[in-house]
Amino acid sequence: MIREFGFDDVLFLLLAARWTILLTLAAMAIGGAVALVVAILRIVPFRPANWLAIGYINLVQGTPILGQLFIFFFGFSVFGWNVGAWTAAVTTFSIYASAYLAEIWRGGLQSVPKTQWESSAALGLNYLQRLRYVIIPQAVRINIPPTVGFLVQLVKNTSLASVIGFVELSRAGQMLNNATFAPMAVYLTVAAIYFVICFSLSRASQRLEGRIHVAR
Amino acid sequence: MSLVELDGVHKRFGNLEVLSDVNLSVEEGEIVAIIGRSGSGKSTMLRCINGLEPVQQGRITVDGTEVTTAKADLNDLRQRVGMVFQSYNLFPHLSVERNVTLALKVVRKTPLAEARDIARETIAKVGLADKLNAYPDELSGGQQQRVAIARSLAMGPKVMLFDEITSALDPELVGEVLRVLEALAADGMTMLLVTHEMKFAKTVGNRVVFMHHGRVHEAGDARETLEQPRTPELTSFLNAVLH
Repeated sequence: MIREFGFDDVLFLLLAARWTILLTLAAMAIGGAVALVVAILRIVPFRPANWLAIGYINLVQGTPILGQLFIFFFGFSVFGWNVGAWTAAVTTFSIYASAYLAEIWRGGLQSVPKTQWESSAALGLNYLQRLRYVIIPQAVRINIPPTVGFLVQLVKNTSLASVIGFVELSRAGQMLNNATFAPMAVYLTVAAIYFVICFSLSRASQRLEGRIHVAR
Repeated sequence: MSLVELDGVHKRFGNLEVLSDVNLSVEEGEIVAIIGRSGSGKSTMLRCINGLEPVQQGRITVDGTEVTTAKADLNDLRQRVGMVFQSYNLFPHLSVERNVTLALKVVRKTPLAEARDIARETIAKVGLADKLNAYPDELSGGQQQRVAIARSLAMGPKVMLFDEITSALDPELVGEVLRVLEALAADGMTMLLVTHEMKFAKTVGNRVVFMHHGRVHEAGDARETLEQPRTPELTSFLNAVLH
């Protein structure tokens, strides 16, 4: 039975968008925590740590998300672990976010002038204290725009989770399209919801940026 | 034993020898002006004293601690050796007060209330009591440099290193920074200053060290050395800077 695309369907899409947002937030939180560690390993004056970080970043950036999704969703069942769509998606997107954010944040950390390292060292701060109290706070502001830029990509890329049956915004759109055969109405609504999420993110980042003091 | 001692120090950047066989000892309360052409090694020497630059040969001791061994606790030593830089290097994300309290809180674990008292006191000493809550980008160069001095001073150092701290300032702002240095001198602070302010070196300094090609080429009483240089290199240097 084919039915009309109506208000209930818009509501259905909005509810599905929750999963897009939740998946993005989870990937951002877990991936962000890992990224911070990887970014620091990438810049510490200890070569093996740098190589480890570079290797990790290249491995993740050099493989497609789709492949990673399949590996976590199907691959683990070979070992007898049954991984659900949510777990596989969160794992994949966290790893994906960690590698890209690590590389973005490394750039931010390195763009803080060397003289800031020196003047904090001259006051007796140890390496981690310099990072924590002097370098990272300044890198944060530099990093806001590219981080939000990546976050916007992440929101849209979570649509890939639909291929392992995770019902987020895109998957919900496909399902509605099958029921209503109204692709224009369905996918324009889907696109509009993605747009609202991403546009709000960009606006929020501009606000945040204006509030932080940094060397000009 | 002297407060600061350099003994046969050699420092190389690649093949370039920046310091060769530098010997110097500074007593407590002494004010030593280090002068010389750019590239003569004067800033590098200062940076070796608090371990910002490693040396390849020789020994540096500060306040009884050897800086030049691999196991030297530099972070501990640096609490006793203040350093102020040419480009101020304040922390741009922190207010004036927090620039000064940061190391007290983080390194020395001073309770916040006490750290703030120390900060207020040292900031008042450099004449900026009304700028406690300002951010560095709201201050003039001279004011920023005075905050940088307060930031080092707050840690209660035994010796302070000043690396051309007036060189980046507009001429009309140099005076206010030099007056802070004079006040420090009057308090008996031990100071090593790399400077181009010859008049200041002569009036406030006890001793002048002239660096040339990475060596201490001539050293002696400040007034005497600057008025009657013994080597032709110092004579020609002084002629060049005084005109």
